Amino acid sequence: MANGSLTHTFSDGIMPETGDILMFLLTVAWLLPLAGFVVEVYWLCFSHRLNKGAAYVAVACIGIGFLCSLTALLYWGNATKWAALSEPEHHAHSASHDAGHAEAGHGEAGHEHEAHAVDADEHSHSPPPAPAKKYFSGTYYELARFSGLRVSLDWYIDSLTLVMFTMVTFIATCIHIFAIGYMHDELTEEYEDHEVHLHNGGHFSRPGRFHRFFAYLSLFSFSMLGIVLSGNIFQVFIFWELVGLSSYLLIGFYIERKSASTAANKAFIMNRVGDFGFLIGMMILWTSFGTFQFGDRTEGDHTQAGLFTMVRGQDGKLDVSEDGKEVYLQDAYGHRAERNGKPLSISYMLLVAAGLGVFAGSIGKSAQFPLQTWLPDAMEGPTPVSALVHSATMVAAGVYLAARFYPVFTPEVLLGIAYIGCITLFIAATIALVVTDIKRVLAYSTISQLGYMMLAIGVAGWGAALFHLVTHAFFKSLMFLCSGSVIAGCHHVQDMSRMGGLRHKMKITAYTMLVGVIAIAGLAIPGTSIGLSGFYSKDAIVASALAYSELNPGHILLFIAPLVTAGITSFYMFRLWFLTFAGTPRDAHVYEHCHENPSVMTTPLLVLAVLAAGCAWGGEGGPLYRLIADSELVPATARVASTGAAKVILPSHQGHESDVHHVHSTAGMLALISAIIGMTLAYLLYVKKTIDPNQIRQQFSGVYDFLVDKWRFDSLYDAMFVAPVHIVSAWCVSFDKGVLDPILHSAASLTVLTSKWDRAFDETFVDGLVNLVGTVTYNVGNSLKVIQTGRLRQYVMWIAVGVIVLFGALFTTIPK
Amino acid sequence: MGDVGLNAYLMVGAVLFVCGVVCMATKRNGIGVLMGVELVLNGANVNFVAFSRYTSLGLDGQTIALFVIVLAAAEAAVALAIALNFYNNHLTIDVDRGNELQG
Repeated sequence: MANGSLTHTFSDGIMPETGDILMFLLTVAWLLPLAGFVVEVYWLCFSHRLNKGAAYVAVACIGIGFLCSLTALLYWGNATKWAALSEPEHHAHSASHDAGHAEAGHGEAGHEHEAHAVDADEHSHSPPPAPAKKYFSGTYYELARFSGLRVSLDWYIDSLTLVMFTMVTFIATCIHIFAIGYMHDELTEEYEDHEVHLHNGGHFSRPGRFHRFFAYLSLFSFSMLGIVLSGNIFQVFIFWELVGLSSYLLIGFYIERKSASTAANKAFIMNRVGDFGFLIGMMILWTSFGTFQFGDRTEGDHTQAGLFTMVRGQDGKLDVSEDGKEVYLQDAYGHRAERNGKPLSISYMLLVAAGLGVFAGSIGKSAQFPLQTWLPDAMEGPTPVSALVHSATMVAAGVYLAARFYPVFTPEVLLGIAYIGCITLFIAATIALVVTDIKRVLAYSTISQLGYMMLAIGVAGWGAALFHLVTHAFFKSLMFLCSGSVIAGCHHVQDMSRMGGLRHKMKITAYTMLVGVIAIAGLAIPGTSIGLSGFYSKDAIVASALAYSELNPGHILLFIAPLVTAGITSFYMFRLWFLTFAGTPRDAHVYEHCHENPSVMTTPLLVLAVLAAGCAWGGEGGPLYRLIADSELVPATARVASTGAAKVILPSHQGHESDVHHVHSTAGMLALISAIIGMTLAYLLYVKKTIDPNQIRQQFSGVYDFLVDKWRFDSLYDAMFVAPVHIVSAWCVSFDKGVLDPILHSAASLTVLTSKWDRAFDETFVDGLVNLVGTVTYNVGNSLKVIQTGRLRQYVMWIAVGVIVLFGALFTTIPK
Repeated sequence: MGDVGLNAYLMVGAVLFVCGVVCMATKRNGIGVLMGVELVLNGANVNFVAFSRYTSLGLDGQTIALFVIVLAAAEAAVALAIALNFYNNHLTIDVDRGNELQG
């Protein structure tokens, strides 16, 4: 449909609309990995196992996808004259200027979609000014239509989509290239898996699965981009499940390892728990709103409002009834939506439930408390997978969804999100303190950072959350690739207690890792605001949290936890670096055999290190933040006080007069101090050894064991869910064996017995009767045969005698 | 030549019949047996003709007698053929030897 209109525009020689071009570029970027997947899945049909071509196909697909995404971003920037990058006060006007053009183009070409714009000039005198809408949306294909309700494949493009596309495709390209080196030992007909021990003491061996790995990676890229491009929540759900599937396949890549297959199952099942909530949320939305669509949709001369417009209207405010029990829905023209003359509304509690439901999906996907336990186990997958799927992109999809759905969330839901994020970031960070597996430290750090993002969304720091999402994606994928490089260099040793001093042997890995560590720790040069990317994004989150807790003193924990955790983060990340790269080798064997990796693996590290250091350049005044914040649908230029069950005030965070801006320098300083304390402690413990970590461990053995046990979550879930299931299963087994089986067995023996009786009856009575008839007939015949002498004269005699007897009888009986 | 009456004819027929039956019952020669059959049939024929002459039976009796003669000829032809086959198989026509159909 939309494609059709695109070609139509080109052939007519009219300048195609910005939205069409963006849609075309992003669709190409989105579908290329799918094409790659198809080729790689059937790789063995036209090539052989030892051919690296599958990897090149995958890299080419995602690489071209990156170029398309980047082109789209630049094109969008040029079309809007980079209005998003200018001071926020001006860009509303210029954006609407551009959108006005799009509107005009729409009228001429008769397109189904358009740049939805509200002309800011018309409203400039009425306070507050209506925000300009800066997204493009449209429909690829309509799947079904039930009178007014439709299910379709849509696209929705705003600056956030563009940034996410560019980020995902770029990181994916780097990781694909890295994986060519990392998965090199799969290029064999006979891969021996040293982790799988057979009964005969040998190792399991199988054909290499190089092409299959890249097929899964491509499938994942396609699904992930699908989530970002989706124009409705139903479509998001489809790709949500697809990334779940590809994550399952990738975690279980070494499926013969018991731990890997269990981890894959765990990830899949934990995600289903969250998706259950997601489904409920979707049902509520479908029932109450009658649409899944994010953006407004114009059909003919009528514009049907999308979800966001329905909830937030044109001014970004909830239209709550006076008693606070109903929320009136808005139509696309700034009025209350009506159906059959009655205003459309949704119960406030239902709206809360829908928000919590959708957020439950995010909890599962982003490994938030209480579903966080699957992510550390997911580290069973190959390291490039951990870098791409389980740190940079897929787990961030939960945050992305929560951010995308921000307009639908009520303050109560936001409070819930904030506390979930707050709990998660603290729990995960404390566990990361004691873990010695290099990948698991990073896994817990990922959970913790995702918690930061959730917290930021919860405290109305929308831009800060997504800002951190992008910076985190860069430095975390960098660090995962570094850890992968270490693991590959040390021949699959992952335990940090066996490393040490590796910086002498792996210079590139060590120093790119250091960039990542500094970035995540949020270090900056004190007194200036010059730091690596993590400094800016974490700063933004902490500032949002501080502004929130100042307005809501009851929720001070939401500020203290991230502040303290900033120190913990800094500590465990430096601990990781010091244990791995600094000091002296603790295991001579590992050190002897360790080596730096080929350039196919180190080049992505260098590229990512540059971006991890510099992508957030300029902080909240910088281009990245401005680009992201441009998509915010619920702008907060003033405080918003909630009237619902949760009495909270959301701080304003736009402009120089906002609450967040006021506390920014304080928050930044506190976070920096916290991080420096963490770093110093790590230095004292693991480099200077002024304090012996072992002594601390012995002194706080209770706490230590608690942390090593991951806050006993696995044991708790074992006791809460697994053990009861086992007990119920045992009951079922005993019921089966004790009751059902005996019933079945006795029924069977009864049948056998009856059959025996039946057989005896048949054999004696029925058969006997038939035989008797036969025997009698035979005997009668036998006894009668003596009459048949064969002597002719005798027969004549009998005839004569018979005739005489007949006559005799005749004459005696017939009366005269 | 005076009319001898019905009874005389019946007597002759009865004598012929009994002679035929006795001949069939006593002769071991197959041809003899056939001759006995002819006697029995002709005894019956005498009865038919007599009844047609002396009772209201009319020409029917004579017609039946003609049929009997024709059937006797046919029967004789078949019986002689059986006799020839019997001789071929047993080199005799002693009917007492033909007891293979006994039970």
